Amino acid sequence: MSMLHTVNKSPSERNVLDSCLRLAAKGSAILLIEDGVYGALAGGQAADKIASRMGDFKFYALGPDLAARGLSEAPLVDGVKVVADYGGFVDLAAEHEAHQAWL
Amino acid sequence: MMEEDDFDPEKVKRFMFVNRKAPYGTVYALESLETVLISAAFDQDVSVVFVDDGVFQLKKSQDTKGINMKNFSPTFRALEGYDVEKLYVERESLEARGLSEDDLVVDVEILGSDELSKIMAAQDVVISN
Repeated sequence: MSMLHTVNKSPSERNVLDSCLRLAAKGSAILLIEDGVYGALAGGQAADKIASRMGDFKFYALGPDLAARGLSEAPLVDGVKVVADYGGFVDLAAEHEAHQAWL
Repeated sequence: MMEEDDFDPEKVKRFMFVNRKAPYGTVYALESLETVLISAAFDQDVSVVFVDDGVFQLKKSQDTKGINMKNFSPTFRALEGYDVEKLYVERESLEARGLSEDDLVVDVEILGSDELSKIMAAQDVVISN
């Protein structure tokens, strides 16, 4: 039983990612979408937070949202997997028992 | 304080637009850019500032095909043609996001917080987004 969490806000604009990391159960998947993908940047403000929780969660970032923001080639935090397209988002949703959208 | 009688329609005012939001996640960034373009039609002294997540608006290589939204980042390069030539980016905001001047889509002046603060304080009108 594991849940898919989505985070759609920038970590330097809102504290959504912090709340998700605090409350999501270990073993959950966390997919960064929309402005949430800024959290995956290796040089960004949330890099250490995500790196330190790599053992607790599986982290993903949505490819089309990275590309829109000019981040396709940007280095991401080690271990964050890029979900290539919306089909991959659907696959993740289908693989998990439930979905929680952190807004 | 300025008396109403002192109003001079010929006086050029200093307008500053302060961008603090990332593009695409919300409509603020695009709306701000449109306001800048409108203001350019009024021959005022316009400057555009990028701080906090606003610096992400200027990131190179944006490709929005996958999210079905308009990529408006090339418009920043066109601002010069509208005589909007003062683009300021706060160094602290860039560095906090792991970005440098080379990552930006247009030539800008990179300023530290102290310098930017002084320029901000000298404005007649500041519009923040």
